[in-house]
Amino acid sequence: MEGLVTPTLVKDQTAVVGIGQTKLGKGLPDTELSLACQAISLALDDAGIAPSEVDGLASFTLEPFREVDVSRSVGLGDITFFSQVGFGGGAGCGVVGHAAMAVATGQCETVVAWRARKRADASSRPWAQAAARLSDTAQWTRPFGIIRPVDEIAMLTRRYMHEYGGTRDHLANVAIAFRKHAARNPNSTMGHKPLTRDDYMNARWISEPLCLFDNCLETDGALAVVITSTERARDLRHPPALIHSFAQGIPPQHQTMTNYFTDDPLRGPAWTAAKRLWANADVTPADVQVAQLYDAFSPLIPLSLEGYGFCERGEGGPFTDNGNIEWPDGRLPVNTAGGGMSEAYVHGFNLVLEGVRQIRGTSTSQVEGAEVSLVTSGEGVPTSAILFTGAR
Amino acid sequence: METTWLLPDLSDPTTAPFWEGCARGELLVQACASCGLHRMPPRPMCPRCRSLEIRWEPTSGRGRIWSFIVPHPPLLPAFAAVAPYNAIIVELEEDPLIRFAGNLVTGADGEINEIDPTTIVIGEPVQVVFHQIDDVSLPRWTRVVA
Repeated sequence: MEGLVTPTLVKDQTAVVGIGQTKLGKGLPDTELSLACQAISLALDDAGIAPSEVDGLASFTLEPFREVDVSRSVGLGDITFFSQVGFGGGAGCGVVGHAAMAVATGQCETVVAWRARKRADASSRPWAQAAARLSDTAQWTRPFGIIRPVDEIAMLTRRYMHEYGGTRDHLANVAIAFRKHAARNPNSTMGHKPLTRDDYMNARWISEPLCLFDNCLETDGALAVVITSTERARDLRHPPALIHSFAQGIPPQHQTMTNYFTDDPLRGPAWTAAKRLWANADVTPADVQVAQLYDAFSPLIPLSLEGYGFCERGEGGPFTDNGNIEWPDGRLPVNTAGGGMSEAYVHGFNLVLEGVRQIRGTSTSQVEGAEVSLVTSGEGVPTSAILFTGAR
Repeated sequence: METTWLLPDLSDPTTAPFWEGCARGELLVQACASCGLHRMPPRPMCPRCRSLEIRWEPTSGRGRIWSFIVPHPPLLPAFAAVAPYNAIIVELEEDPLIRFAGNLVTGADGEINEIDPTTIVIGEPVQVVFHQIDDVSLPRWTRVVA
């Protein structure tokens, strides 16, 4: 892309070779640390790699335990690289990308990256834990009742609808498509429950203009991936999902979630990440056959479709019409395992695993011959994205 | 009930002048004393010229609604008690890139749920008022009657 220097040090040099996940659901008895260890163990077994071979770790800053706790439990060897990425839902592709950079640059050979989370219990949600006084940017919004993440995104959604003519029907398209995909995924938490347009339109409000079905599902569970060199991946048991391109993004003047104070609040971090993602790639948005787009809330889908260049600004809503984001016949099947809204919400890390399954050919809503699979992390917060490709 | 409202820490030197202005009934905006750029929320350095010199400028206190929401429960108890209520973002009349969060009320001491949310329109003109909760004066907004 014009203006960006694009060395190829990382491109295609590494791959995801193992994936693992615990049960996803409500009220799981295990601790986050136990869940993380289980997911990592499953991912290593899936890859056919011994714990002693792991020499790198990548995780979210929000993990409630430390890397050393994982290493001591899983029985890892000498760790020569460990990294964390902040901003919650923006970090998922970031941790995998950090792992890819570390392997590609010789800081380590095999990395596990994970997310473990227990948020199904309402009392565990940060907004419900009132601080004595607000000293960060929350002081500019929370005293006015803009409290929960859904309130923060609802404010941008109303403006988006005003500027571009987006409608609740567009948001319903998103919710219904993901529920259909979840119905095909036996590991999803909501697949057993069909969702109709009437259900959507009659649902209770959470923060107008967003209703119940515009929200993700807070879930307990853990997921992990194993990243190693593409060279090593050739000898392992699964088709590797090559990390073709990776980017993070913080746009100028960005304020996470409550991004109302910039010149152009609807031009979010996706735009920044996309610029680097496509600059470093050999493919374009038109080549992407399947996408996992971060969906803590339904309006993040039109915003991400625009930010990553699948359509023009303001056209993300109409893009969802006519089954365009539905498997198998849509122009771009999105969130083929059900996403955060209908599979599980584990800070978007389940999207990373589904992006890998599409390259392996093992999704429950498999896009025939998928060779280019996009995964994005949270829009509205400092974010990240990865393009997975098949081995050529 | 109002003691459980979410309120700012008034001791942060970067943001305290804003809240002190509110306490005097003035809506202030932080400006760079070197290049004049307005910035909201306040911050220590000018993102245009990197000056650390700051001045606090009075504003007209007038603006237009940029967006709004109507939150419903589950919410913190103090907010659940008045839900559904409105929350708004206001763009400042003289510099629309400066925006403030607030609530649309009928007067300084009106509740944040008094106005029928179906009547709220993006772009409608509003005027700041100040509502006292504990030691904090919160900027809220009333409709400008033509």
